[in-house]
This record gives sequence, structure tokens and C-alpha cells, in this order.
Amino acid sequence: MKSLLHRFREYAALTLILAALIILFGSLSNRFLTAATFSSIANEIPTLTLVATGMTLVLITGGIDLSVGSVLALAAAVLGVLLVDWHWPLFFAGLVAVMVGVAAGAFNGLICVKLRVPSFIVTLGTLEMTRGLAYLTTRSQVKYLEGKVDVLARLVAGLPITPTAVLAVLVVIAAQFMLSRAVIGRKMIALGTNEAATQLAGISTAPIKMFVFAASGALAGLASLCQTARLGASDPNGSVGLELSAIAAAVIGGTSLAGGKGSAIRTFIGVLIIATLEAGLAQVGATEPMKRLVTGAVIVLAVVADSLRKAAS
Amino acid sequence: MLQELNVLPTLSVAENLFLPELPSRFGLVNRRALRAKAQEALARVGLEHLNPNTPAALLGVGQQQLVELAAALAEKCRLLILDEPTAALTAHETETLFEKIHELRQQGISVIYISHRMDELRRICDRVSVLRDGQRVATLPLSGTSTQELVKLMAGREMPTRPMPHGRQPGAVALSVRQLRAGSVVRDVSFEVRSGEILGLSGLVGAGRTETLRAIFGADRSDDSAIAIHGRKIRIRRPSEAVAAGLALVPEDRKQDGLLLPQSIRVNATLADLKGTLLRREEELAATARVIERLAVKCDSVEQPASTLSGGNQQKIVIGRWLLPDSKVLLLDEPTRGVDVPAKEAIYKLLRELADDGKAIVVVSSELPELMSLCDRIAVMSAGRIVQEFLPHEWTQEKLTEAAFRGHLTS
Repeated sequence: MKSLLHRFREYAALTLILAALIILFGSLSNRFLTAATFSSIANEIPTLTLVATGMTLVLITGGIDLSVGSVLALAAAVLGVLLVDWHWPLFFAGLVAVMVGVAAGAFNGLICVKLRVPSFIVTLGTLEMTRGLAYLTTRSQVKYLEGKVDVLARLVAGLPITPTAVLAVLVVIAAQFMLSRAVIGRKMIALGTNEAATQLAGISTAPIKMFVFAASGALAGLASLCQTARLGASDPNGSVGLELSAIAAAVIGGTSLAGGKGSAIRTFIGVLIIATLEAGLAQVGATEPMKRLVTGAVIVLAVVADSLRKAAS
Repeated sequence: MLQELNVLPTLSVAENLFLPELPSRFGLVNRRALRAKAQEALARVGLEHLNPNTPAALLGVGQQQLVELAAALAEKCRLLILDEPTAALTAHETETLFEKIHELRQQGISVIYISHRMDELRRICDRVSVLRDGQRVATLPLSGTSTQELVKLMAGREMPTRPMPHGRQPGAVALSVRQLRAGSVVRDVSFEVRSGEILGLSGLVGAGRTETLRAIFGADRSDDSAIAIHGRKIRIRRPSEAVAAGLALVPEDRKQDGLLLPQSIRVNATLADLKGTLLRREEELAATARVIERLAVKCDSVEQPASTLSGGNQQKIVIGRWLLPDSKVLLLDEPTRGVDVPAKEAIYKLLRELADDGKAIVVVSSELPELMSLCDRIAVMSAGRIVQEFLPHEWTQEKLTEAAFRGHLTS
């Protein structure tokens, strides 16, 4: 009972912000509180949810993965070529897209671990390299997928929800389970809290780093399926700046950029806040500059609210 | 002037010299005046050939030390305090430094020179004060005072301390270290510890004791070493391999290297015993409760962050975590530093009990009485080597202190 109350408190500040946004937009626009908005958001968020979940894992270990947007674009490019030019079935093409993400993530992890380069720098390099590879893969062209991936973004019969949204929620639950119940999750938190102490307690930190970067890459690869399904196309120019949205979602959710702290569920609420803002602002007719101004302000507000909550308890 | 070098490596020599008050005009650094003043200051320490615009990082340690000396002199001081200034210097650089100190003395500047190197004191000092436990115990003219007399003063009154009588018989050799070399500090360390035995590692700060433990544990790189655990030779390249082989290390700095400060007591106490795929909450709680009970940790809840505990209770957690994976050899580096008296007693009691249980224990400590009351044997390190081993009936504070200086005496 006590722990239930404790849990509610942990999510209270974030949930209140989300609720306030929904009520605000609901009163500003009579089209906001409709099934159409809901399914539009549900269709919008899987990409960011997957990438932000991977980002949360990396941030918890004290690292950062700036390459996710470009890795997603590369995976999407490979997906496009395999589906359109090579006529592969979706399942195998999707599998390869995920493997592309894993490979990019493993590369990040390997350089961090073996050459002891800070992940900020390694993944900044990978961001450029994978973007270049994405252009090379598609010869800088947008591949129209002619309905080959749409099935993932179509509503499941009778429900206002898509397979990609289900996938995203399952990934969030799995990541949260790993962080709170699995030994590797505990080791990730320990590594992010104090690397020297973790090593001196006999824990090898290199495999943990490899794991989180590979996981972040894999989720970016998986997110390429959500992205292409929603757009119906694979665009090598796509997802520029996605890493910043992912970091924003994680930070709104209370993940520490210094490492050692974070939760997949809270990051998911962060994603919901960002998505609600975007959908709501679009409906009340806000211009692009206005949207960015408000979104930025909400990020700061959410983090301040969260730190006030912690100071109070 | 401090023992540790204090230069900012990316700034020029001149900037380092006058950092507290750079000559300036309208808030901008006056380069010409800076250069002139720097040349003048450098000339005073015999570095007139050095270009003041050289980045400090390009200087050798000895030159950096002289630059610091120049900076100290540039303040037009009457009194110069040097804290172990030769710690990082080569013999030649030391000579240069001594020449300069000699010149300053003739210019009427007073010098306080802090060192544990007897030969240096004899070379440059007139009088010597001996400090012990934060008190001045004597001030003597150096000529006419023997080194033995000084060592005796430093060791303090004769306090014949022996370990408490116990029934245990040391068993088989649990850890054997042969000719360990690591970094620039550990030069040649060989020792053995048996099951059921507590070995003390004594010596001066900088003798290489911490580095020895870290090298054995795989935390620092070592070479040419032969480490055997229960007679089986193994190569330990990282701490995880050491733990797998049954070693445990309680590091010197518990906040930097021991604890996950913001995490709970439970997370900290079980950190060395994370096995399998899933966490088992009930087992974690039970294991944490055992650590808390065995070491009498004072806390409100196992979910309390480690940062909220007192130093003594924090240390108990770091030691207690090694009860769980059933380590065979415990390496403890200053286990009672900054720990209150009741916690010290709890730690001593635990170490004796663990030895009774057949664990082999190595304790590094700078407190001789602590080692003398706890250990079955004390090995003294000096300048990267083990210079002598003592059994309880052989040791006195004076003999142990004398051995600790042995590596520094010029023969």
C-alpha cells in the first residue's frame, strides 16, 4: 500500500502536467478531445518512444547516444531498398533494418569501450557517418514504399490503435522491467552512478556499455519501421534532430544526464507530453515558431516541477 | 609550495607565475610587462634561458617545480614553506632546487622545509621540529642529532602492542605475490598471506601500499607479477577477474571508489553479489539485513541512500558487501580512515572473526597502533619495496618506523 502511494507520487508531477495539457487543449479546441486526435497521437509517438527508451538506457549508464536519428534514417534507407528494389518480404527486411541499428550501436559501444573515447564524441561522429551512409544507400532519393509497410500503422480491427503503438508500449514495459528487476538493469544504474566503484565491486562495465549502445541502435532500427509505416516512404533526410527530442523526453521524465537515474515509464510520459503539445498546438493553429517556443518552455517547466517535487519530499 | 604540483598545464609559464595578479591595462593582460616580470622571476631560480611563453605542460616536473618556486618568490616573500618539494624530482633537479634554497637562505629568507627524507633534511636544514599526532614533540638542532633519535621521536613513546591472543592457526597460503611491479611506484613486492591470518602492510604515504593492493586486484596495470591464489597461478587483468578468483578490495577512498552514494544501502550492500538474470528482492533484503546485523550498521531503513550514513557506517557497508560473495582473500586499504571509534571497534571485531573463519586478510594502515593490535604479521613497505617483515614478538613502533624510512636513506 505504501509502495503504491510512493509509486503514484513518483509519477504525479508528470501526470499532472500531461493532464493539464490535455484539459488546456480540450478547452481551447473542440476538436482536440476526439478519437481522431487520440489515434493521430498514437500513430505519431511510436518512433519517438522507441528511440527515447534506448536513449534512457544509455543516459542511465552515464553515456549519451547522439546518433539515433541518423541510425534510424540509415535503417529506413536499407529497409526502403530491400522492400522496393529487392522485393524482400517485410519481415526479413525489417529484421535487417534492426540489425543495421544493432551494428551501428555496437560500433558506438566498441569505440567507447576499447578506445575510451567519450560517447558524446563517438556518437557525434556516428551521427555524421550513418547519415552519409543513408544518402549513399538510397542515392539521396526518397523511396516510396507503395503500401508495403502500411499494415504496421493501420488500426488494429475495431481498436483505435496501431501495431506500432502496441510494439512501443511493449518495449517500454520490457525496458522498465529490465531496469527495476533484472541484474543487468541494476548494473547499468551502478555504472552510471559511479563507474570506479562499480568496477571495484567486480562488475565488468565494458559489456554493459556494449549492451546499452547496441540496444539503443536496435531500437532506432525498430523505430525505422514505425517511421516508414507512418510516412509510407523511406526518407534519408528524415529524423534530423530526433536525438534531441529523445533526450528531451528522457529529461522531462527525470532521467539524469549525469547517469545513474532514469525510468522507461517516465520517459514514456515525457514522450506523451511532447506529442500532446505538438498535436494540441497544431490544432489551436499555432505557427511553427510558436510551437517550438512553447515546447521548449514546457521542457524547462517539467524539469523544474520535477526537481521541486524532489526537494519537497 | 605544495607537494602536489599546482601549475595549470595549458597556460604559459609567465601566466602561471603571475596568475593571482596578471599585469593589466584596462582589463586586458599587458603582455610586455608580463613577459618582463616573468623573465626576472625565472632568473631568480636559474631558469633565465626558459621562454616565458612556453606552455607549462611542456616543462618537466622539475622545471614545473622551479616555476612554482619562482611564483612563490615573485610575491616578495619573507618566509617560504615547502611541502615535500622533491617528491616528484630527479636527483639532478633536486640538486638545483637545493642550490636555490641555499641562495635564498643567504638572502635572508626563512624556509620551512617539510619532508620525511632524512638525507635531505641533513643537507639543507639547520633545525628540525618533529610533529606527531598533530603536536610538536621536539625541536632540535640537526647537527648532533642522530637519525635514530629522530625516528624514535617520530614513533613516539614505546607502546608495546601485540595482537590479542587467539586460538587460530594460520592455514595454507591463500595469496602469494611474487615480484610485483606496477606503474612507477611499486617496484618489487613479494609476500604471502595464509588463510586465517591478518597481514599488515605498513609504510609511509607514497610507499606504494595502495598501488600494490590495486595492482593485485587488477584495478591498475601490473607487469612481471606472479600472483597465486591457493597455490594456483592466475593472471588478473581486471577487478572482475579478481573477484571471480575470490579476492575482495575495500578501497582507500570510500566515496570515490567504494559507494554508489545516491543509491540505497540495499543496492550498495549487494553490489558485489549480483548474479543470474533477475534480481531476487527477498534475497537482497535478507542479505542486506545480515550485513547490517553483523556490522551493527546504524540506519533507519535499508532503502536509505548511502550518502545519508555517517562515515563509519558507510565504511561498514563497503566492507560488508564482501561478506556476501564469500571472498577468500580480503584486501583492505585504510579501512578505518575517517571512522569513529565505535565503528573502528566493529571493523576490528569483524576482521578478527573473518580470520577465525579462515579468510586471509591484508590491511594497509598508516596507524601503527592499529596494525600492531590487529595483525599477526606486519610487512613494511618503503619506496615501492617490502623492506622487512615482523612478527608480533619482534615489532616495536620504533623498529617499524625505522624500516619505513629505509628506502629513503642514502647508503
